[in-house]
Amino acid sequence: MPQRKRDDRKAQVKRIRVDALARVEGEGALYVRVKGDRVEDVRLRIYEPPRFFEAFLRGRSFVEAPDITARICGICPVAYQMSAATAMEDACGVRVEGPLRLLRRLLYCGEWIESHALHVFLLHAPDFLGYESAIEMAHDHPEWVQKGLQLKKVGNELLTLLGGREIHPINPRVGGFYRAPTRQELLEMKERLEWAREAAYETVRWVAQFEFPDFEQDYEFVALRHPDEYAILDGRIVSNKGLDIAISEYDEHFEEEQVPHSNALHSRIKGRGAYFVGPLARFNLNFDKLSPLAQQAAREVGFLPECRNPFQSIVARAVEILYACDEALLLIEPYEEPEEPFIAIESRAATGYGCTEAPRGILYHRYTLDADGTIRDAKIVPPTSQNQARIEQDLREFVARHLELPEEELQWKCEQAVRNYDPCISCATHFLCLEIERV
Amino acid sequence: MKTKKPKLAVWKFASCDGCQLSLLDCEDELLALAGEVEIAYFLEASRAVVQGPYDVSLVEGSITTPHDAELIQKIRRQSRYLITIGACATAGGIQALRNFQNVQEFLQIVYARPEYIETLETSTPIAEHVPVDFELRGCPINKHQLLEVLTAFLHKRRPNVPTYSVCVECKRRGTVCVMVAHGTPCLGPLTQAGCGAICPAYNRGCYACFGPKETPNPASLMGWWKAKLSVPERDVTRALRTFNAYAPEFREEGERHAPTEAG
Repeated sequence: MPQRKRDDRKAQVKRIRVDALARVEGEGALYVRVKGDRVEDVRLRIYEPPRFFEAFLRGRSFVEAPDITARICGICPVAYQMSAATAMEDACGVRVEGPLRLLRRLLYCGEWIESHALHVFLLHAPDFLGYESAIEMAHDHPEWVQKGLQLKKVGNELLTLLGGREIHPINPRVGGFYRAPTRQELLEMKERLEWAREAAYETVRWVAQFEFPDFEQDYEFVALRHPDEYAILDGRIVSNKGLDIAISEYDEHFEEEQVPHSNALHSRIKGRGAYFVGPLARFNLNFDKLSPLAQQAAREVGFLPECRNPFQSIVARAVEILYACDEALLLIEPYEEPEEPFIAIESRAATGYGCTEAPRGILYHRYTLDADGTIRDAKIVPPTSQNQARIEQDLREFVARHLELPEEELQWKCEQAVRNYDPCISCATHFLCLEIERV
Repeated sequence: MKTKKPKLAVWKFASCDGCQLSLLDCEDELLALAGEVEIAYFLEASRAVVQGPYDVSLVEGSITTPHDAELIQKIRRQSRYLITIGACATAGGIQALRNFQNVQEFLQIVYARPEYIETLETSTPIAEHVPVDFELRGCPINKHQLLEVLTAFLHKRRPNVPTYSVCVECKRRGTVCVMVAHGTPCLGPLTQAGCGAICPAYNRGCYACFGPKETPNPASLMGWWKAKLSVPERDVTRALRTFNAYAPEFREEGERHAPTEAG
């Protein structure tokens, strides 16, 4: 059973376990070992079974990668499709610009709205208000749960319009789309998006007044940065500690390490270690690129960079919902239907790199192709693998400071600390139970 | 009269989470559903867990580890009705591509220390392990079909889930046949309806994410692809080997086109 508690005083061993973390996407567990007032070991164990995407992509055609890699994650399939498509285009020496790039950004806004609303309202807010689930929370806060569901629905409507359906969209392809929407179809979304923008603004105010544990760490935040926009589809990979590299230089600066307790690989910055990706990283590094309205909402609630409290990720996520609605409305305005829905692309023997901002952080793809477009080698680094080492360090610090808490409360707070990162375990398993052992 | 609400459980094996997400994607119906059933086990949505037995278990994902092969037996024993949802649970999913190759090679490609990883040689559908009361197809499933199946089981009637092909949905939708009119290779004639024939409506051929329809004729269609549309043999095999690669009808046809690779 998922939550299990054991208190074995005879053997001087105290232990709290959660064998299966709830309200995360996928299957994982957590183990913490405490000796006196020292936290000896923290392990985020991902037992989600491996699915070997990088292996079976070998021998497939380059045009198949967006549809195949979408199946890594049902919550952020667009992120996989976009990283895969841009990597293939990079390999073939093509850049997708103009209205097709605009449509990709608009589609991505849909995914940010849907995924962030799911996490803010259904997965994370219940922690702050003391409910086991959003369904339970709906008894006391029906208006917020309804609002959250409707926000999520607007994101999904955008995905359905541009992608054909909300989960595993069928319309994106290498080079663009199978069918470009008409201007009229996009304009029909306007009213819904204006409602969503209003609801998102209220959401920023709502989550900002939650009670946040007093907890700050000296993080290295990593995100894409683009000169003209809040980066989603491309840019340079930057950090608050001086990293500033092209996407193609990723492998020179990051490494993946396998640990015995997890089916997900841990990413580290070479020579420096754990780092932090996702909405809080993006907010801290790219605040100046947010729309005036999103900046205004953040300022109004006193939420400003550089925020180092991971529990406030929920505020960053809410600001990004607001931004995505605002940006979607901005993108719709100038849209004119392109002559062709995609650029025809010829394959060549080359290596291509793609990195886009999935709802949970940067998602890196690298493919090496044969001249006929057959994939020879594939590498995929999902955001949750990148956050995994950082989550373990947060827990180590958090537990050390809160050993006085009753077991039940400490356990719940640890779960909440993990959910700060909105871990997507299905993604990271190529990625969580909570177990605290007090010796 | 019994007034207790039926208990619903949602389970996950190897999968992408997308099919159980379909339940949370029922934005307009979720709270009403939560009023009709007791959501007793659904980790993606709640940390509260109610002990079994359960009236209805929804199972997502395929069996790929020794641990999961045991767990599904336990779930079957605790479930009055067991309904599998999605291509992973009904056909083994995209991860069943390992069934055509050597899983040890796959391990070495992805992991530096393969010995840390516990996995089975194959990815198999739930029905290969336990009796299943209903299989709902799709990668991902259609949420309206999911609600129909749940409603049917809660009211003890047969679900209205058609087993005809995507072609019927295209005709009903008024989509011009992409294969006849544009020469676009399409798996619609082999594929079970349920998605609403989205792909042809977006000017692309169906890629069979709902798996084989009842009594398909893959040999005929693939022959037609090769003869009339000049699709190379390699691309025929690739088309059959995606999210439902291990469904018997696709598996057998795929082996006809790639006999040497078959494992």
